Amino acid sequence: MSQIQNNIWAPPRLSMRWWPVFRRNLLVWKKLAIPSLVGNIAEPLMWLVAFGYGLGSLVGQVEHGGEKVPYILFLASGSICMSAMNAASFEALYSAFSRMHVQKTWDGIMNAPVRLDDVVLAEMLWAAFKALFTVTAILGVMLGLGISHSPKLLVAWPVLLGVGIAFSCMALIFNALAKGYDFFTYYFTLFLTPMMFLSGIFFPREQLPPLVRAVADWLPLSAAVDLVRPLFMDRWPEHALRHGLVLVAFSVASFWVALALTRKRFRG
Amino acid sequence: MSTPLLSVNHLVKRYGDQTVVNDLSFHIEPGECLGVIGPNGAGKTTTIRMCLGLSESDAGAITYFGNQHMPADALAIKERLGVVAQMDTLDPDFTAAENLLVFGRYFGLPDRVIHERTPQLLEYAALSHKADAKPGQLSGGMKRRLSLARALINQPDLLLLDEPTTGLDPQARHLMWERLQVLLQQGKSILLTTHFMDEAERLCDRLLVLDHGHKIAEGRPRDLIAEHLEPEVVEVYGQGATALAKEAGLQALAERTEVSGETVFFYTRASHPLLDALQAWPQLRTLHRPSNLEDLFLKLTGRQIREDA
Repeated sequence: MSQIQNNIWAPPRLSMRWWPVFRRNLLVWKKLAIPSLVGNIAEPLMWLVAFGYGLGSLVGQVEHGGEKVPYILFLASGSICMSAMNAASFEALYSAFSRMHVQKTWDGIMNAPVRLDDVVLAEMLWAAFKALFTVTAILGVMLGLGISHSPKLLVAWPVLLGVGIAFSCMALIFNALAKGYDFFTYYFTLFLTPMMFLSGIFFPREQLPPLVRAVADWLPLSAAVDLVRPLFMDRWPEHALRHGLVLVAFSVASFWVALALTRKRFRG
Repeated sequence: MSTPLLSVNHLVKRYGDQTVVNDLSFHIEPGECLGVIGPNGAGKTTTIRMCLGLSESDAGAITYFGNQHMPADALAIKERLGVVAQMDTLDPDFTAAENLLVFGRYFGLPDRVIHERTPQLLEYAALSHKADAKPGQLSGGMKRRLSLARALINQPDLLLLDEPTTGLDPQARHLMWERLQVLLQQGKSILLTTHFMDEAERLCDRLLVLDHGHKIAEGRPRDLIAEHLEPEVVEVYGQGATALAKEAGLQALAERTEVSGETVFFYTRASHPLLDALQAWPQLRTLHRPSNLEDLFLKLTGRQIREDA
């Protein structure tokens, strides 16, 4: 029989058949969009208000790229990346797992002419879309609060989609490995929470001990923050290519691993 | 002979050193209903999974429509298949009509075509009044019929149904059978796995009996019964019934005697002398009936409960 399919590490076989799967998720979401939006943006805004205005009044200004910026601006530009990360991760873990394992939606889909590879792609893009949607709503609130008026926010928008893609891909690895929802707690506490504190969202990474910083500089969330933060301040990011490549590398490698592990899970 | 819709040749599947499907061959002719029966763990679901390209075979070939091979041509094959899996995979967030819409899109059907087909399919499934109900509001039988309607959205040539009536009450089961018979009358072909022998007898033109991954019998239900069994059965049960199995006088009147639990089964070609002789035990209850598929199934696969059942 076909040896190609036996190899879970075979290159992804992708086609436009992901689109009806994506549309399926979109149709469910349309029914719940407003309550889900409230849930998605309430928490990030609480962070912003509590830390930005509360802690910000104590901290005052933060040095960034050789200039002093208000702490709320520093925090907002970093926490928006965290929101993209969290929105994508939740969707690609809890929601995707519900569809894959609990509801057996994926099994149903694969009885139609849709490959598993396209289902995984659809879930990845869907989680990234959810991240983009959340981020857009938060950006709207930030504009309303007058935190930033940089026209370069238009560039930050697609960058944040890229952040969503990278974290969707990573989350799908853990989705493929999960036996139950409890497993995702590890991912959040062992990966995402440390990343949140090490990536320069709440304070500049320069404050970290040198060894920790050397690692933290290469985290995908650091790359995201380094790309997005200057755009909030109407400046172009330094080393944009390097940061972009970090995100692309994490995305491609994670997607491949996620796909291989998902194929393994479904191969009976 | 016409080209078989599905032809399976020397299929093998192993898990570690356990062979769960062993050199299995069968085919389905256009317009035919083929039933696959066998105890739990016989390899039925594994066979269906391989036929759907969801599981890799270790040897053998699966050919559809004369020239398309699973899994290489999986997508082209699935365009023409309708599948009802053992577990319902309906979308709980969608209404019945939306379930059809979303599933039709997986086949690349335009919404216009799906909307045209939806009323007929819901009517066929006796669910016209439930178009806006979500699966959570449907009974078990309704959900199964919605799954069947969903499997018909692409107007398939061949249906693969894995235990389509398991877990349904008798009314729902009869309605399902009637719906499947309508499909057969329309000339559709069906591959069906089942644990219900009356279902197999009623719907299937031919049967495949699997056990431990082997094909142990194949043929028309009536032919199989005639080939393997005496035409009549007398069951005797009640206090002390099992002792009758050792009565030489009764044994001589039956071709074959079996004991299961507290019941003795006498298989015979001429039941009257046996029934007359049994009058000597008026306290025991007797049931005289023609032999059926269930007898055949139990003869071929044994009466023991399977360890993995």
